[in-house]
Amino acid sequence: MSENPEDLARLMESVALRRDVAAFEVLFRHFGPKVKTYMLRQTRNPQLAEELMQETMMAVWNKASLFDAGRGNPSAWIFTIARNLFISAYRKQNRPEFDPNDPAFVPETIEPAEVVLQGLQEAESLRAALNELPDEQRELVSRSFFADVPHSALAAEYGLPLGTVKSRIRMALAKLRKSMEGGR
Amino acid sequence: MNIRHHVSDTLLAAYATGDLAEGWSLAVATHLSLCPECRKRLAKFEAVAADMMEALPAEADVSGSWDAMKARLAGSDAGVALPPEKTVSKPVASPVLPEPLRSYVGGDAKALKWKPLGRGAYQVQIPTRDEETTVRLLRIPAGRPVPEHSHGGRELTLVLAGSFSDEQGRFARGDLEEADEDLQHQPVAGSEEDCICLAVTDAPLRFSSRFLRIVQPILGI
Ligand SMILES: [Zn+2]
Repeated sequence: MSENPEDLARLMESVALRRDVAAFEVLFRHFGPKVKTYMLRQTRNPQLAEELMQETMMAVWNKASLFDAGRGNPSAWIFTIARNLFISAYRKQNRPEFDPNDPAFVPETIEPAEVVLQGLQEAESLRAALNELPDEQRELVSRSFFADVPHSALAAEYGLPLGTVKSRIRMALAKLRKSMEGGR
Repeated sequence: MNIRHHVSDTLLAAYATGDLAEGWSLAVATHLSLCPECRKRLAKFEAVAADMMEALPAEADVSGSWDAMKARLAGSDAGVALPPEKTVSKPVASPVLPEPLRSYVGGDAKALKWKPLGRGAYQVQIPTRDEETTVRLLRIPAGRPVPEHSHGGRELTLVLAGSFSDEQGRFARGDLEEADEDLQHQPVAGSEEDCICLAVTDAPLRFSSRFLRIVQPILGI
């Protein structure tokens, strides 16, 4: 079965509204291996990676109703769950997050639907921009994105001074940002 | 609110991917609660990080995983339709300290046990589970300089009440200043009201002597 982002979002809805095990199985088979690979990269421990993958998917099942189907592909939402579980289980730290129900929270002023759409378009152009980066920059950015490769290790591997690695990553991010702004 | 000083791309990307220690994350998350603009940028970084996760080679072996998962689901609410989410009613008061910071310190600014730092300034130390950062809430009297605070590396300062100014400009509620060891700055609180800010710095040097380790927290050095 091939799953496009819309299908995945619909499956999430089915899990949320009807506690649909069959829909969840499709999600599990799609995201499980990716989440486990991510956890493997982070922990280098197959058993822990399997446990953290199971915990992530269990949380996806339990919190399915919190996923907003209007946001499209559930991958970003599932990634944040995986990331948070990794931080609390492996790094033994908390991950502080903002609380939209807090009275001090400053809400968005534009209509939410518009914002969501705009965000989606921008994420789309960010992805496009990422693919247009020179290979080395894209690799540096994508590898530094995942915590298992600190900038200092990348510097050693590429035979570059730490400052150069940092500035290349900064440059790549700035480029990404600029092309996003141009796409508006 | 008009926020002028935002979270940098590198810091926000590190927060998005979970590559940021708890202390720094607390400052970023508290800025995010006050800044819709940075929340939008965060969503983009998270989407890209998710893409990168999706693009990882499927080298992990998950045969047998689904059976284990299915067994766990059997004990849950599988097949039972969920009631609709309840909406939470908002309390009216508007705290000086937004979440997640308020829960970290255990109350709003007025309810805290402020410890004098000298020259009219006060602080509250905020414990975290990382060993990389020192996190404090500072209260600087209106018009006064921020007390001497040497830091070896990075420093994040988030203004929550009043303002301060230094060579980088003026920082008011929601503004975040990112400084490294190269920045020589002497911030001075604005004259309108006392300045309350969250200050995160690299953890102080750990002294090797047992005696110093004991007195270090008492002296607050
Ligand atoms: Zn901002």
